[in-house]
Amino acid sequence: MIARYSLRFGALGYLAFLLLVPVGLVFYRTFEHGFQPAWDAVTNPQALHALWLTLLIAAIAVPANTLFGVVLAIALVRHRFPGRGLVNAIVDLPLALSPVVVGFSLYLLYGTGGWLGGLSDHGIKILFALPGMTLATIFVSLPFVVREVVPVLREIGTDQEQAAETLGAAPFTTFRRITLPAIRWAVCYGVVLTTARVIGEFGAVSIVSGRIEGKTETLPLYVQSQFEGFNTTGAFAASVVLALIALATVLAMRMFRPREGVG
Amino acid sequence: MGITVVEVTKQFGDFVALDDVSVAIPEGSLTALLGPSGSGKSTLLRVIAGLEEPDRGQVLLGDDDVTQQPARARGVGMVFQHYAAFKHMTVWENVAFGLKVRKRPKDEIRKRVHELLELVQLEGLAKRYPAQLSGGQRQRMALARALAVDPEVLLLDEPFGALDARVRKELRAWLRRLHDEVHVTTIIVTHDQEEAMEVAGQIVVINQGRVEQVGTPRELYDSPANESS
Amino acid sequence: MASSPAVSVPAPGVVLGRAGGALARGIAVCYLSLIVLVPLAALIWSSRSQGIQSFWDEVTKPEALAALKLTLGAALLVAAFNAVTGTAIAWVLVRDSFRGKGFFNAVIDLPFALPTIVAGLVLLELYGPNSPFGVDVAFQRTGLVLALLFVTLPFVVRAVQPVLLELDREMEEAAESLGAGRIAVFRRIVFPNLLPAILSGVALAFARAVGEFGAVVLISGNVPFKTEVSSVYIAGQIESDNPAGAAAVSVVLLLISLGVLLLIGAFRHWRTRHDR
Repeated sequence: MIARYSLRFGALGYLAFLLLVPVGLVFYRTFEHGFQPAWDAVTNPQALHALWLTLLIAAIAVPANTLFGVVLAIALVRHRFPGRGLVNAIVDLPLALSPVVVGFSLYLLYGTGGWLGGLSDHGIKILFALPGMTLATIFVSLPFVVREVVPVLREIGTDQEQAAETLGAAPFTTFRRITLPAIRWAVCYGVVLTTARVIGEFGAVSIVSGRIEGKTETLPLYVQSQFEGFNTTGAFAASVVLALIALATVLAMRMFRPREGVG
Repeated sequence: MGITVVEVTKQFGDFVALDDVSVAIPEGSLTALLGPSGSGKSTLLRVIAGLEEPDRGQVLLGDDDVTQQPARARGVGMVFQHYAAFKHMTVWENVAFGLKVRKRPKDEIRKRVHELLELVQLEGLAKRYPAQLSGGQRQRMALARALAVDPEVLLLDEPFGALDARVRKELRAWLRRLHDEVHVTTIIVTHDQEEAMEVAGQIVVINQGRVEQVGTPRELYDSPANESS
Repeated sequence: MASSPAVSVPAPGVVLGRAGGALARGIAVCYLSLIVLVPLAALIWSSRSQGIQSFWDEVTKPEALAALKLTLGAALLVAAFNAVTGTAIAWVLVRDSFRGKGFFNAVIDLPFALPTIVAGLVLLELYGPNSPFGVDVAFQRTGLVLALLFVTLPFVVRAVQPVLLELDREMEEAAESLGAGRIAVFRRIVFPNLLPAILSGVALAFARAVGEFGAVVLISGNVPFKTEVSSVYIAGQIESDNPAGAAAVSVVLLLISLGVLLLIGAFRHWRTRHDR
C-alpha cells in the first residue's frame, strides 16, 4: 500500500516538476505584464513573418515526408532488395543524430566550395534561404511516417492485397482501396509526429538559415533572437504560440495513438 | 490438508461472482468445480488460492483461517489455463523457481527438479524454453513447477482448456494417475462435464455464483440437480 | 509477393505493377540519398579533406575533448536516470489507476512536441537567475542535466509501456503462488521481460542527449571546458570559421549515432529471442 502510493506520488511529482511547472511558467511570464504587450510581441512584422515562414516550411516538409514515407514503408516491407538494411538504418538515423550535425552537413554541401555550392552561382540560393531550411527540416523529420506505417504494413500482411489481385484489381487500385485504408491511422499519427518535429525544429535550421531577422527566421529562431535581445516578453509570447501548437499536437497524438489502453 | 470454504461472497462492481458459497473439500481428494463460463468457479479457485480476497466469508486450509493471507503465504500450487510459463526461463529454471525463491540449497534443488521432470516425463527438455514446447508439454511443466514446492493443495484452473482434444484426453488420464501417486488435495476447475466425471472423485456443481450440487460422479449421474447436468 | 507460373506471361497490370514498384523504390532511394546520404557524405568527405592527422588534431583539441567528455558523461548520466524514472513512470501509468491518469499519460509527449528552444528558455527562467524558487543552476552542469532530463523523458516511458501492457499477468500470479514476494516477482519475472525495452529506450535517450542543442544552448551558458557540449562546440566552430574543427567533431557525433542505432537493433533482436 505505502509502496504503491509513494511510487505514484514520486512518479507524478517528477512529471509535474519537470514538465508541468515549466509549461505553466511560459503562460505566466507571457501575460505577466498584461495581455497587450504580449499581443504586440507576436503581431509585429518580424514575428508574423517568422510564424508564416514556419508554417510554410511545414506545408512543404510534412507532405513530402508523408508521401515519400509511405512509399519508403511499402518498399521496405513488401519488397526485398539489396541494401534494405542500409535503407532502414538511414531512415532511423535522424532520430539519433544531432540537428547541429545535420545543419552543418547541409552547410558543407551547399556552401561555397561544397559539391553543390555551384548552385548559388546560377542564382539558386539554398543556404540562408528557404530551400536550405526546408531540406534541413525534411532531414530531421524523415523517420516518423515511415516508422509508424512499417509495423502496420507488416502486421496486416499481404493476404488482402493478394486477394484483391486475384479478384482482378490493378496494383494501383489495390493500393488505393486496400493498402491505403489499412494504414490510414498510422499515417495520421505519423503526420502529427512529423508536424510537431517540423515546427519545433531549431538546431539544424539555425545553422542553415544564418538567422537573418525578418528573412530566414522561423518562430523558434525568433524566440532565441528575442531572448538574446532582452525582449523577454517577445520571446515568451512567441513561446506561447509554439506551446499552444505543442499542446494541440499532444492532443492529436492522444487521439491517433495506435494502441494504448491507458487512461 | 482439507479445504473449507465458509460463506464466501465476492463481487466485482455490480456483478456478484460468488454468493454465500460454502464447500468442504476432503483431504487428499481430487475435486472438480464444474460449471459454465461466468459461473464463478474460477473466482472460487482464485479465492482459495489467495489471488482474490473475498468480500465476506472465510477460507480454511486444514484448521487454519487463511482468509487474510496472500497467495505466497498459503503454500498452494497453481496451474493456469494458458500455462503462465516464465517465458524467459528454461524448463529447468521454471520448475526450480519456487525452490530458488525459498533459497533451498543447490543440491536439493537439482535433485528435486530432476525427480519432477522425470515424473512429468520432460527429462530431455530441461534446457528448452517454453516457446519451444507443445501445449501439453508446457502444461506438464507447469504441474511440475507447482508440485516442486510440496504444496498442501493443488489448484488447476481449466488446465486442459487450451489443448486439442487428443492431448486433453491423455492429460486427463495422466492427471488421475499422478494424483493416485502423489495424493495432494487437488481442485480442478472445468466446464467440461465429461472431464469432471472422468477425473474427479467429487464434483461441486456451481452456477451463477452458487453451489448447486455436490457429489460423486455416480451420484451426479444418477440424480442431477438440473436438466443441464 | 505473388509469383506467376513460369509458363504464362504476367498480365500487363502485373508488369506495370512490378515496374511501378521498382520505380517507387527508385524514387524513394533517390529521395533518401538527396536528403540524407549526400549531405552526410559531404560531411565525411570534408573531414577527410585535410588528412587524417588534421582530423585527429581537431578532435583532440582540449576544448573539443572537454566538450565531448561532458557530452558523453551527461548523456550517460541522464540515460541511466531515465532508466529508473522512466520505468517507474511507465509502471504507474500501466498498473496503477487514479483520476487524471489520462492527463499524465498525455503529458509525457510534451517534450517531444515542444520546440527545444522553448524548453530551454523556460528551464532557464525557472532555474536560472530569475528563478521564482530561488534556485540558480544556470551556467552550471546541473542546469545542463536538467535540460537533458526534460528532452529525454518520453523515451524510456514509451518504450516500456507497451511491453508492460502485454506482459502476461498470470506469470506474476504463478510466481506469487510459488511463494515469491512482490520484490522477487519484480526482480525475477517482470524486470527480465522489461529489460530489452528499457535498454532500447535508454539508447534512444542517450542518442538524443548527445545531440541536443536547443534546450541546452540557453541554460548551460556554454562555458568552454565547463558547460559546453559538443553540439554547441560545433556551432561555435562554424561561427569562428573553422569548418575543419566543426567537421571533425561532427563526424565523431555521427559515429556515435550510428553506434547507438546498431545497439538498438541488437536489443530488438535480443528482445524477440524467446519468441523464436
